[in-house]
Amino acid sequence: MSAQSPSSAKLHRFAVTPARRRKDRLARGAISGATVIALIPLALVLYYLLSKGLSSWSWSFFSTDPTGNTFFKTSSIGGVKSAILGTIEIVALASAIAIPIGLGVAVWLVEYGRGSKFAHLVRFFVDVLTGVPSIVFGLFIYIVLIVGTGSSYAGYKGSFALALLMLPVVIRSAEVILTLIPTTLRESALALGAPRWKVIFRIILPTALPGMVTGVLLAIARAAGETAPLLFTAASTRNTNFNLSQFMNSLPVQIYDDVTSPTTAVVNRAWGAALALVTMILLLNVIARLVSRRSRLA
Amino acid sequence: MPGGDRSTLARSPLARLPDRALKYGLTALAALILALIVFFFVRLVGEARPAFAHTGVFGFTFDNDWDVSGEKFGALPLVLGTLITSGLALVIGVPIAVATAIYANELCPLRLRSALTVLVELLAAVPSVVYGLWGIFFLAPKLQPIEQWFADRLSFIPFIGGGAVTIPNYFIAGLILAIMILPIVSAISREVMATVPADHKEAALGLGATRWEMIRTAVLPYCRAGIVGGAMLGLGRAIGETIAVTIVIGDAPQLGSHLFGQGYSLAAVIANEFGEAQGVHRSALFAAGLVLFVLTLLVNGIARVLVNRASHPTERSATPPVPVGPQPIAGAVAGA
Repeated sequence: MSAQSPSSAKLHRFAVTPARRRKDRLARGAISGATVIALIPLALVLYYLLSKGLSSWSWSFFSTDPTGNTFFKTSSIGGVKSAILGTIEIVALASAIAIPIGLGVAVWLVEYGRGSKFAHLVRFFVDVLTGVPSIVFGLFIYIVLIVGTGSSYAGYKGSFALALLMLPVVIRSAEVILTLIPTTLRESALALGAPRWKVIFRIILPTALPGMVTGVLLAIARAAGETAPLLFTAASTRNTNFNLSQFMNSLPVQIYDDVTSPTTAVVNRAWGAALALVTMILLLNVIARLVSRRSRLA
Repeated sequence: MPGGDRSTLARSPLARLPDRALKYGLTALAALILALIVFFFVRLVGEARPAFAHTGVFGFTFDNDWDVSGEKFGALPLVLGTLITSGLALVIGVPIAVATAIYANELCPLRLRSALTVLVELLAAVPSVVYGLWGIFFLAPKLQPIEQWFADRLSFIPFIGGGAVTIPNYFIAGLILAIMILPIVSAISREVMATVPADHKEAALGLGATRWEMIRTAVLPYCRAGIVGGAMLGLGRAIGETIAVTIVIGDAPQLGSHLFGQGYSLAAVIANEFGEAQGVHRSALFAAGLVLFVLTLLVNGIARVLVNRASHPTERSATPPVPVGPQPIAGAVAGA
């Protein structure tokens, strides 16, 4: 490039030098490369789940309970019926506990507690709950419901542990949605003479519903995959059981039990169970995303 | 209507009742959360006390001897195992997570952005036990020869090399944890990067910065606190992660001799031994849970402060933002 006029000669000094351009390309390449690396584990996990898990799926896999003595009987080690039903039962009860309480606390935080010291404290404690390791929730419930009552493991105790785990997720997601509701909506309802409770039940909650459903579904998806809080609250058993005050099997716990087995067939059962679990959780995630798209807020 | 009786408009005490009930009911619910956490904490300390009485608080945390049959409960190998694996997770996971956030926010074609975020979030949807299963049956055996190569080449560095690589080991646990904390660190970083004012970025580009120079000078300094906060939240996750680590760390009750050897962590010891534990042993596991609880509390507390400060940038700068809009640029027309 030849200098044709004084001004372009000056500008030339500011052009991107080859060294800077090289650095830019290098950095952008590294960032893109790292992004690809981040997605490799996901692809590998899903690929191995499908390739190993699908082969153990069959009708009897879903319709029989796992059997105990697996060392010699490689042909009839059973399936995951009790685990799937157990997971559904435990998570259903956990949801029945955590969702009303969680939504209640979120409504209180937004509608009544706004800006108060006590609300700050509650929010801080909810954040604390978010960070508590899931196994510590198991310990909490063990202390209160097993040491405290002197009884043994039971499905509903697992539900309580999972409910503790779901609470902060439900509260924080609902709170975010509730704060998005325009204040004018509340004020117009109040100005028309509606009492506070009616505003909450007839105006606020219906408006926030789709958004809150998303948060709730994500909380359920998270709880369904947890192993640690169930290990010494619901324990595990092999039989299908519809009584939540008994020992109860669950998918994550059965996978965890099967991982350590030296028998290939049992490990394959773990892959099949893992595929079933991941399918359930991904379905919940997909539904959650579809619902959130219907929300008029955000 | 001067002097009209407005009291006819007021609600009767009976009609006010549901309002009061709802308000106090919900307040009680909020208070319940507080009471529960405090209650749990007190009970946990109570259950852990026999173990602390057995070895002393200092001895429990810093004695390098976890021997159940000998009733020796020094949790140092567990504490160090937790720190080694979660430290590794940060070293591997955070740069990659921040890179995905930069890519999604600054480099990615707009059409791909939401697909990319969904994919990264899917990593968080895979349950811990499934990562453990995959880690022990796929990742660990596949990586063993590579790990052995590194262990042989780097044997001059203490703790890194010099021994036989076992299939479950600290490194694999750290790697699995890195994958597991990636979504949260990435999500927080993305959130914080979205708060960088477009003015700053445009100013950098306008001064002739390349894309990377813009990222380095305008984006990264602006969200440093938020990224550090996100990394700390990831650290909190990594410290408390239980099942995946239990499966891939090897569950050896002594401090591993090197990075590619078997070890143990606080969470793993609880998951693994609690079922059969009695007496002082069980109390020691409660104590391990208490240490874990306090550790995650500290890490998460610091993280929250950093993240909250970073995602509300208005509180940082007192100067109001300059209004953005079509403004006449002096000399632009004259120069044309």
